[in-house]
Amino acid sequence: MTTGDDERRPQLSRRRLLMGGAAAGVGAVAAVGVDAVWRSSSSPAPPLHGDETVSFHGTHQAGVTTAPPAHATFLGLDLRDGVDGEALRRLMQILTDDARRLTDGRAALADSEPELATVPARLSVTFGFGPRFVERAAGTAARPSWLRPLPAFGIDRLEERWSDGDLLIQVAAEDPLTVAHAVRMVLKDSRSFATVRWSQTGFRRARGSERPGTTMRNLFGQVDGTANLAAEEFDRLVWIQEGWLAGGTSFVMRRIHMDLDEWDRLDRDGREQSVGRRLSNGAPLTGTQEHDEPDFEATNSLGFPVIAEFSHIRRAHSEDPDEQILRRAYNYDLAPSGEEVSDSGLIFGSFQADVDRQFVPVQRRLDELDLLNKWTVPIGSSVFAIPPGCGPDGYIGETLLE
Amino acid sequence: MRTTTTIAAIAAATTLLLAGCGGEEAADSEASSSLSMSDPWVKSADDGMTAAFGELANDGDDDVTVVAVTSPASPMIELHETVDDGSGEMTMREIEGGFVIPAGESMTLEPGGNHIMLMDLTGPIAAGDEVTFTLELSDGSTLDVEAPAKDYAGANENYEEGETDHDMGDMS
Repeated sequence: MTTGDDERRPQLSRRRLLMGGAAAGVGAVAAVGVDAVWRSSSSPAPPLHGDETVSFHGTHQAGVTTAPPAHATFLGLDLRDGVDGEALRRLMQILTDDARRLTDGRAALADSEPELATVPARLSVTFGFGPRFVERAAGTAARPSWLRPLPAFGIDRLEERWSDGDLLIQVAAEDPLTVAHAVRMVLKDSRSFATVRWSQTGFRRARGSERPGTTMRNLFGQVDGTANLAAEEFDRLVWIQEGWLAGGTSFVMRRIHMDLDEWDRLDRDGREQSVGRRLSNGAPLTGTQEHDEPDFEATNSLGFPVIAEFSHIRRAHSEDPDEQILRRAYNYDLAPSGEEVSDSGLIFGSFQADVDRQFVPVQRRLDELDLLNKWTVPIGSSVFAIPPGCGPDGYIGETLLE
Repeated sequence: MRTTTTIAAIAAATTLLLAGCGGEEAADSEASSSLSMSDPWVKSADDGMTAAFGELANDGDDDVTVVAVTSPASPMIELHETVDDGSGEMTMREIEGGFVIPAGESMTLEPGGNHIMLMDLTGPIAAGDEVTFTLELSDGSTLDVEAPAKDYAGANENYEEGETDHDMGDMS
């Protein structure tokens, strides 16, 4: 029942001594009594990943250019009727307070499971506003022209249960229990303002499985996201410079079902041709290393392009340096139903300063022709405005709601 | 009474309230100068009763007693403790003599424990509202606290006086 520090501290030291014991090669039998040894030694215990934090405060929200942690849950909420600008301000103040504390490894106010809050594990909580949120907050004039559903694409088979939404909450951390607790907390505090429209959970490689910065692989086995924006382009192509969104950005989220059973029928050469990259390391078919520039002019002995006309990277490539986006994707893998043995895909996310200028032209080319479309189907689609970050006394959305 | 060490209180306290924790600040002898309340919050409710919580810390050299709390949100406010009624059932009742926070210690007001009970709301308290409380101390000094309201499903303790459950807050 007690929650005082005198209760917490021994637990912390037990955790540390186990880590310390393991690092020193002390066996399980010898671990009894290590407590006393550890207390008397001055050598610090190795730091835990779970203690690492990502700063919540700043010009920009965390969770955009932050290195993607292993686990993420995306929540799409619908505002209840009658929730007006004043209520939205209260909502965002509460959610900001929750996020501020949880990302710092502290329990939220009125957190009924405060012990679950003590492992931040690089937790970030990022908020995005859909068209209706912005209009209720500040009228139609405040809505950027790109903040609307994407134009309909021929390949789309969109389902309402995965699409749109008034409020996005992206919760991401290296630890799935941390994510689950933060999700529970923000949803409890949203309940009187909004209902859950969808929840999408995704994963990447576990922390420490690969070198940090390794491009992720999707469930087709492909290296996915090689041609991503460089940090020096963020100010120009990710962050919005003016208005209430200055310091913010936009987020396009597409749920893309991947037909693994059909993909299984394709041989390795066909798989590489469809994308234009090698499966082994993601190198373009005209190169040897992942980050080699693709040579779209190169032809084979028959005179055909090495990187085929229908390949994904050729169709996604633009000569216009503004038609670039910051990709941040997660895999999903749900329980199969019926005869299926997989219900898998990609939670594709992209950040860009202007959806219409940067994202739509690329998607239009992929819609017209991309061999990968044979195995991938967009089933969900949403667009959100990501407001700027805030300081220790502010709240997310204050530039819109004040 | 639940008390924790000063270190625990400081760890939980907001930076604003840490300013005077050097210990030897005898210049101001009012009890309110050594008392702080961190992480205050109040359970949202449409009408009737609800409760407020937080961490009271006394960094002074003398005990501090909170004898009463007032707020525009409720004309009648009581200081409650939750005790074993003898049968193993936890019930809440008005505490005699107020909340006593010994010198250098702190007291947690939390669901299931000591709390500030708003007996008759003047209007709804919605999630995200800020409610002002004035804590009156035994020497006549006061401490003002701003507490945000949060939806909370718990804090539904029994009342010693009555047989029925009194929901501390009416969740809708």
